[in-house]
Amino acid sequence: MGHLILRVTIKTLFAPIILFALYVQFHGDYGPGGGFQAGVILASAFILHALGFGLDRCQRVIPPSWLPVGMALGVLIYAGTGVYTLLFGGNFLDYDVIQPDSHHHAGQHIGIIAVELGVGLAVAATMLQIYYAFAGREPEPMDDSW
Amino acid sequence: MSMILFFAAAASDAEPMMEVTGQAASVAIEILILTLLVATAVSMIRMRQLFGVAMLSGIYSLLSAAFFVALDAVDVAFTEAAVGAGVSTVLVLSGIALTAKREMPVDRRRQLLPLLIVFVTGGALVYSTIDMPAFGDPQAPANAYVGAEYIAQTPQDVEVPNIVTAVLASYRGFDTLGETVVVFTAGLACLLLLGTTLRGGGKGGRD
Amino acid sequence: MIEFILARYNYWIVIALMMTGLYIVFSRGNLVKTLIGLNLFQTSVFIFYITMGKVFGGTAPILLGGHAEEGHGEEHGGDHAESTHGTAYGEHEDSYASDPLHEGGAVNTIEETHAELSPGESLHTAPEGAVNELARAETPAGDVAKAALDHGTEILYSNPLPHVLILTAIVVGVATTAVGLSLAVRIREAYGTVEEDRLEAIDNQDDRAEVLV
Repeated sequence: MGHLILRVTIKTLFAPIILFALYVQFHGDYGPGGGFQAGVILASAFILHALGFGLDRCQRVIPPSWLPVGMALGVLIYAGTGVYTLLFGGNFLDYDVIQPDSHHHAGQHIGIIAVELGVGLAVAATMLQIYYAFAGREPEPMDDSW
Repeated sequence: MSMILFFAAAASDAEPMMEVTGQAASVAIEILILTLLVATAVSMIRMRQLFGVAMLSGIYSLLSAAFFVALDAVDVAFTEAAVGAGVSTVLVLSGIALTAKREMPVDRRRQLLPLLIVFVTGGALVYSTIDMPAFGDPQAPANAYVGAEYIAQTPQDVEVPNIVTAVLASYRGFDTLGETVVVFTAGLACLLLLGTTLRGGGKGGRD
Repeated sequence: MIEFILARYNYWIVIALMMTGLYIVFSRGNLVKTLIGLNLFQTSVFIFYITMGKVFGGTAPILLGGHAEEGHGEEHGGDHAESTHGTAYGEHEDSYASDPLHEGGAVNTIEETHAELSPGESLHTAPEGAVNELARAETPAGDVAKAALDHGTEILYSNPLPHVLILTAIVVGVATTAVGLSLAVRIREAYGTVEEDRLEAIDNQDDRAEVLV
């Protein structure tokens, strides 16, 4: 299945897309980007691969059973950061208590990176989960065209 | 000429001529993109081939991403380009593959009432825009209070150059947690509705 | 007159797009097309929000000049930032090592420190040099900084708040659209159609059958 040109293009683009997703994830403080965008881009790399090479090969790399775990883990990382700051005497998601001595607001930076990581993981897993759910269904034969 | 004068008035005091023409050009680009958006949306009404509708909605998303760049919303444009033109189109296409490829022709009489409702509602909304603040007004209420506060405070409070990230993850972190939970719940709902491949119902990757 | 129209053109386009989406939702019976119409409606709201946040003469809400320099301190200008800090805090070493949150006793000295050199501000209220530096650089960001410098005004940013709201709304929107689509898929599997008229007819048939039994 698939055209040769499509396959070669997908193979060439696959790694750069993942690299770009990581760049967007970790450079979100400085330029446009962040967890939401990075998650979607990361998921789109795998969706592209699945479109070109079939769902089975993609599911061998990322088994469907991982994805609910990834979704939950992302939300838990986010909420866990909030609970962490709560335990250290701050408000929920008050990152300043992570590094109270810093005059560069290092606590804010660490907190934002942790939170964005959670968002990225949750969004990437959710998008891939949604795609798996749709692509895993066998299309019924459509005799009547509508 | 009056258009240029208008932008001269809208821009801050005594701009050089070059800047004014630059602003006029950017507004011209915005108007062009908006007109293309309307054309795409209207052609979506007429089209009954759902594949074409999905493609048009992808084009629509890409155009709106371009519009967001023109309005300085780079983060939003980034998201819209990745989500709207990328993932969303793929999802709609796989949805179409599982449901129907064409739409049934609609009864002419059934279109009259919606048309009437749409025109009345649209007319009321257009009437209400007369009182709206002018486009791009720095003094508009939407730009005056909390948004200005975020711009002023971010260098002291968060020290992250991207104000959008600072607001998203720090000032409004609780809000974003809610949004993440909504995304998570939506993914869970899809999983429950369509099931995993565990049930043996249909494996993808047909050769 | 033309000023009035230009200042409200965006709103009218948003209304036109919104009404197009609404019309598709009202008049079409196909569930998938209804969902696409709903998407159209949603995107028009996004465009409306972003239109509200635009400020003429503004730039994207990513801090330029002194603040950007500050943010990149850890990476690029590392030693420069460190050296200023070293001299600034050297004299007040004992007071700045503690934090008001954790050591109540040090609050007085901390306040004194803030009054004398105000670490948060002294570094930020002098972006003149940094803007100068940036203006000389031949970058797109330099243009805005240069323009701001030429007129002796502050750099103007567009309102970031609508951007944040819409950014998350886009991702949530695609997730909820996927839920709607999967409902349509299940309806198709149960009824064999996604046209509202037919669904209604099938449902009515079932009701009648139940009444007869």
